Amino acid sequence: MLSAKATCNSHGQDSSYFLGWEEYEKNPYHHLHNPNGIIQMGLAENQLSFDLLESWLKNNPDSAAINHHSIFKQLALFQDYHGLPAFKNALVEFMSEIRENKVTFDPNNLVLTAGATSANETLMFCLADPGEAFLLPTPYYPGFDRDLKWRTGAEIVPIHCSSSNGFRITKSALQEAYQQAQNQNLKVKGVLVTNPSNPLGTSLSLHELELLIDFISSKNIHLISDEIYSGTVYCSPGFVSIMEVLKNKGLMNTEVWKRVHIVYSLSKDLGLPGFRIGAIYSNDDIVVSAATKMSSFGLISSQTQYLLSEMLSDKKFTKNYLRENRKRLKQRHEMMEKALQKAGIRCLKSNAGLFSWVDMRHLLSSPTFEGEMELWKKIVYDVGLNISPGSSCHCSEPGWFRVCFANMSKETLVLAMQRLSSFVDSMTKESNQSRRRQPLIGNPRRLKSLPKWVFFTIVHYRKVGEERYVVRCDDQLVSNNKRVDFL
Amino acid sequence: MAIEIVQPSVAGLSKIAVSETHGENSPYFAGWKAYDENPYHEMHNPSGVIQMGLAENQVSFDLVEKYLESNQEAASWGKKVSGFKENALFQDYHGLLSFRKAMASFMEQVRGGKARFDPERVVLTAGATAANELLTFVLADPGDALLVPTPYYPGFDRDLRWRTGVEIVPIHCESSNNFQVTPQALESAYDHATSMNMKVRGVLITNPSNPLGATIQRKVLEEILDFVTRKNIHLVSDEIYSGSVFHSNEFVSIAEVLESRNYKDSERCHIVYSLSKDLGLPGFRVGTVYSYNDQVVTTARRMSSFTLISSQTQLLLASMLSDNEFTEKYIKINRERLRKRYETIVAGLKKAGIECLKGNAGLFCWMNLSPYLSENTKSGELEIWKTIMEEVRLNISPGSSCRCSEAGWFRVCFANMSEETLEVALSRLHEFMDRRRRDRNLLSVL
Repeated sequence: MLSAKATCNSHGQDSSYFLGWEEYEKNPYHHLHNPNGIIQMGLAENQLSFDLLESWLKNNPDSAAINHHSIFKQLALFQDYHGLPAFKNALVEFMSEIRENKVTFDPNNLVLTAGATSANETLMFCLADPGEAFLLPTPYYPGFDRDLKWRTGAEIVPIHCSSSNGFRITKSALQEAYQQAQNQNLKVKGVLVTNPSNPLGTSLSLHELELLIDFISSKNIHLISDEIYSGTVYCSPGFVSIMEVLKNKGLMNTEVWKRVHIVYSLSKDLGLPGFRIGAIYSNDDIVVSAATKMSSFGLISSQTQYLLSEMLSDKKFTKNYLRENRKRLKQRHEMMEKALQKAGIRCLKSNAGLFSWVDMRHLLSSPTFEGEMELWKKIVYDVGLNISPGSSCHCSEPGWFRVCFANMSKETLVLAMQRLSSFVDSMTKESNQSRRRQPLIGNPRRLKSLPKWVFFTIVHYRKVGEERYVVRCDDQLVSNNKRVDFL
Repeated sequence: MAIEIVQPSVAGLSKIAVSETHGENSPYFAGWKAYDENPYHEMHNPSGVIQMGLAENQVSFDLVEKYLESNQEAASWGKKVSGFKENALFQDYHGLLSFRKAMASFMEQVRGGKARFDPERVVLTAGATAANELLTFVLADPGDALLVPTPYYPGFDRDLRWRTGVEIVPIHCESSNNFQVTPQALESAYDHATSMNMKVRGVLITNPSNPLGATIQRKVLEEILDFVTRKNIHLVSDEIYSGSVFHSNEFVSIAEVLESRNYKDSERCHIVYSLSKDLGLPGFRVGTVYSYNDQVVTTARRMSSFTLISSQTQLLLASMLSDNEFTEKYIKINRERLRKRYETIVAGLKKAGIECLKGNAGLFCWMNLSPYLSENTKSGELEIWKTIMEEVRLNISPGSSCRCSEAGWFRVCFANMSEETLEVALSRLHEFMDRRRRDRNLLSVL
């Protein structure tokens, strides 16, 4: 009765990603009410600098626009998909400021969208026909499987990156991915990179950026640079935008320059995911024109555009915010890195983002993805931390996990690290003591190996009364591994 | 119907990016350009083009403004320290519960309590534009067809077809029965689609209708429901003008019909709503898909990730729409003011010798200029439209842009301007028609 898109074939959401959420929702940590609950470390949110936003709002009460009748009416009627000019001007200046003014952006080339989720999908609609492919370096943000492929019909072919060189993009990996696409009869339309990377937390090196430019030039394809974490770069080597590299190579106003597109958002840098503020920046007039019309399907509320235009035009505020936010992120990152180190756990050396890419290969019972799942289950159920397994990010090596550090208080992070440390201690003791390795510890009822259906696509979970059930892609409602029928 | 020529990829772009299916090169938009270049202003440009092609509701802003004035705290983050943070972090695609409840209750009030809405079935989208596209993605595959009665809102050509690859097959309606949908027209459209090897997935109606400005009669709704049930297809009812019905007892929502049938076969029905027309807030991007089908609700909700409503806006409107005193008063007064405007324009047009379809809802009237066409064709229609744009300096929407099968009909908006401006527009039209008659009389005696 419904379209092919409505059924779960082209979806590919990783089950583990959602199971961790489900467990967290059932038993969320609260320092007073539920101190033994699960701590959420799978959510890439920036909660470190709200006080700065709140104090700005206190000093600028009119920005909410409900006090002045004429402004309210104007905004309420404003649905022009070109966007509020004052907001676009302020946004491009903010983007420039993040890049230390080494590049400037023309507001006429900026298209506003309801979040980066919408921006990425819109760009796909503009650049790829159904069945065509984009190459993405692994590991990558799990949401891309939905955002880039679901309604567009486009395909993703991975560019495999490995820990042997810090997961950097190499020329051979690019070529291999391209070849792989050809073997599958997929026409490659472009490469999409996230810079700084989610989940790695690293910014692309100059070498990688140049490699990418050479690659897309030679193949005559596009490059999308998702730079939504650009304002979270907290230490050297600093952030180099693809636009800067193009400029320095004298490639402005060339054909390749027109094939590079940037995606931005205020969800991570400013911590405002609820406000749905995203943008596409392109030097190709046709792309800008098509994307602008498509933005009709996901415009930013004019009320929100106004608020942010006021905030971002306050240069004193933006300067201070960017600096202070970076400082706090750096402190948090260092705190977590040190604590992990003490527990004998290493992280990928990172300089950006709201998370660390953590190496737990040495804790795997076997160097396989089954081993990774097993470890992950222990960490969720026994240690009480919801972290994201590398397999959910399509990492080609098992044992890596993304651990977020900016979505909780300092005290909660300390507790999380203590729990992890105790867990590692007990694991070490155990492996020393027992001859025959017991792969599972703790409550056997909770830790019986997850049934096969977990590896089906889990669509979401649904609340019925006070109970939460996981809904499988074939619409079966399941609770504790038992199928439940509802009328 | 425009002939679509599939474009080859231009400089590595998708076919969608270079196609014309967004429809912005139609005459519908040429009128806009004329207005943009020479907009009417009471003081600064009294001879400029008056915009009568924009279906906006500006007649009841004072009510919303008054509400905000007395409820500033409730409508913003107030004194609660955590209020802003919580709101700014909230991106759950289920939407703010308080807002969903408020929307469901508002939709009930608009229907005079004659139908109930479950907040769990309310899926939020950034406007009805997004809701219609999203539903199309969920209900149909590329190449499939949706049947839509003509005349219809020109934006559907883009919203339902552009990125989805779905086709619209018109259900032809005629002035002889006031453009109502008939069972024969439904069957005919279905057969036509089938003959072109298109799988029909559903019928999409707008009730009250844009551009007709009239509600669909209960009998017709029942016939449409019977038809979609027989063919085992979907029914989408776009009810974004439901709060703009001049007399509350004249609107029957598909929700009422379903309730009276105890929701039998209701899982093929879906309603689209928005606050852009009834509340006059198009800039805030507030739309909803309300479905009686669980799988559609589930899927639509996940798809809404691409088009969420700003949590800041959800918060503001949650407080406003849950204030029953405000909403009741607003709905009642808004109706009265729209009715008055409608009566003014119809009377004014009549004085000018122009008849309209008998309407009872919406922000526009459906005007009949067919007696005045030089030839009863689309080009005759566009000729008079151009004249009205250039000589009378009014931007109105020609029926051909709404795929009307009869020439000479025009949609004329009346709620997006002051009463004074409306009078100016009417007097200009009156003068024009007088001049025309005099000129014709003169010609006939020469």
